[in-house]
Amino acid sequence: MAIEVEDLSKSYGDLRAVDGVSFSVDPGEVFAILGPNGAGKSTTVEILEGHRRRDGGRVTVLGVDPTEGGRAFRNRIGIVLQEAGVDKELTVRETLDLYSTAYTRRRSIDEVIEMVELADKLDERISRLSGGQQRRVDLALGVIGTPDVLFLDEPTTGFDPAARRRSWELVRDLADNGTTIVLTTHYLEEAEELADHLIVMAGGTIVAAGTPESLRDQAGEATIIRFALPSVDASLAGLLDPLHGDASGRDRRLEISTTKPTADLAHITGWALQHGIELDGLSVASVTLEDVYLRLVGADS
Amino acid sequence: MSDASASLAPDRRSPFRRDLQLLVRSVRAENRLFWRTPIGAFFTIGLPLVMLVIFVAIFGNDPIGTSYGEFATAQFYAASLGVFAAASATYTNLAINLTMRRDDGVLKRVRGTPIPPWVFLAGAILSGMWIAAFATTLMVGIGIVAYGVDVQLAQLPAMIVAFLAGTACFATLGVALAAVSKTASAAPAIANATILPLAFLSNVFVPLDDPPSWLNLIGDIFPLKPFAVAFTEAMSPFSDAPAFEWDRLVVLIGWTVIGAFVAAKRFRWEPVPGASRRGRGRRNRRSAA
Repeated sequence: MAIEVEDLSKSYGDLRAVDGVSFSVDPGEVFAILGPNGAGKSTTVEILEGHRRRDGGRVTVLGVDPTEGGRAFRNRIGIVLQEAGVDKELTVRETLDLYSTAYTRRRSIDEVIEMVELADKLDERISRLSGGQQRRVDLALGVIGTPDVLFLDEPTTGFDPAARRRSWELVRDLADNGTTIVLTTHYLEEAEELADHLIVMAGGTIVAAGTPESLRDQAGEATIIRFALPSVDASLAGLLDPLHGDASGRDRRLEISTTKPTADLAHITGWALQHGIELDGLSVASVTLEDVYLRLVGADS
Repeated sequence: MSDASASLAPDRRSPFRRDLQLLVRSVRAENRLFWRTPIGAFFTIGLPLVMLVIFVAIFGNDPIGTSYGEFATAQFYAASLGVFAAASATYTNLAINLTMRRDDGVLKRVRGTPIPPWVFLAGAILSGMWIAAFATTLMVGIGIVAYGVDVQLAQLPAMIVAFLAGTACFATLGVALAAVSKTASAAPAIANATILPLAFLSNVFVPLDDPPSWLNLIGDIFPLKPFAVAFTEAMSPFSDAPAFEWDRLVVLIGWTVIGAFVAAKRFRWEPVPGASRRGRGRRNRRSAA
């Protein structure tokens, strides 16, 4: 195991930020932690990085307790944190040169700069780079010590879609070469694209765990039928009662989650024809990971 | 973004050599950051020079009464403002830089790498002392060239000792101030609120010839006057070179120990929640000066 977490807990005052969280990560896998703000993702990851002390539970990363791993431990991990700044009046080269000196397994600056595609910005001050380019400097600093475990905290926030795709390729390449990657993200697409395993956190606890596929399966084979209902005289019971699936709705928008989409759709359209009603925005879609995710964390958060 | 395979050259450096390389690169990076932030460079180096020119213009360069004897104005101010520039380059700059970079998360990043904390702090301290050396040398040099200030070669050893003790002391106090300041906006306020009043009663801005004893006492207790007196005596034409002011140096060492103790106890690498200055400019860093 690259990472083992057992019954981890951490409180800030009365707030239980992380409450009895357990999971493990295999070497070379991409592990995603999903969840809304305040779910406990960052606290969990910062404990794994050694930035924060835990109140309870057991944590091992690369066989050591992160709070006691010290310099040898930090030599083997890479951290790409949203709130970790750089000195922006240094150039990209000066920054990479400074930080790389600290590691025993250094990638060359040329290699790293190729990886994050910033070769033409090497002698530019970081203050003159765009937000996305600055994030790529973060990424470069994360991998310059050839880490065994790389922590990525929302690594592609602020990237354009093309840059995001290329970063995903980089993450996949790193994982293929044996780097274990722990990723927090609020982009579901990112987790679905990259993660071998993922957990969904809400309110400090794990509300779902598995592979992206298994998570989607948790919703069963459900299909979602959506449409808007114009104001009608007909009784809604005639529409809703015979349905196999569960209906939910707000205002006039209805959403029916069903395992028998063919029969339910036939009934709905039959009912609409019978009453001479057009169903606005009628759509039929299989459940996406996002539907499952929103249900797990509560759509309001 | 492709081919993440590692092409690793084995690290042949001994741990000592690696740390030494790191320290040298840290000092170099800190120096670059200083010069690339022109406003800070102006306040540290330019402003004391402007004060030298103004004071000599106001008082003329004739002998004035000081606690060291009758000095030409420039002889007094080249030494005392040299000390002020050195204290500002270490104390004020380190306090502001470290708190600002803590708020920006730079310190947090450093803490997540194998860079030892002592190497990072030593880099900042040595860079501050290096910039102080530049500022003081420039001040005394301009005094010699433009105002006929007298410095003998034999006086240099005592001047250098006073300079090293003073800057090491104020650099340590700068780290200590960063440790007790919650945010980067508090640091310049506290730094200036402490060093500017002290400069008036420490033989720095005003030559004190026989001041009231309570004023003397306050000056003697805090580190700026010991630094100023040790340095000025060392380059005074009335002193027998080398003039080591041992009692003053002991006070400086005492404050260094206090500063180191506070820094060791209280220094934090994590930004205070909500203190982030990300995206904001750095232009107002010395607004309280």
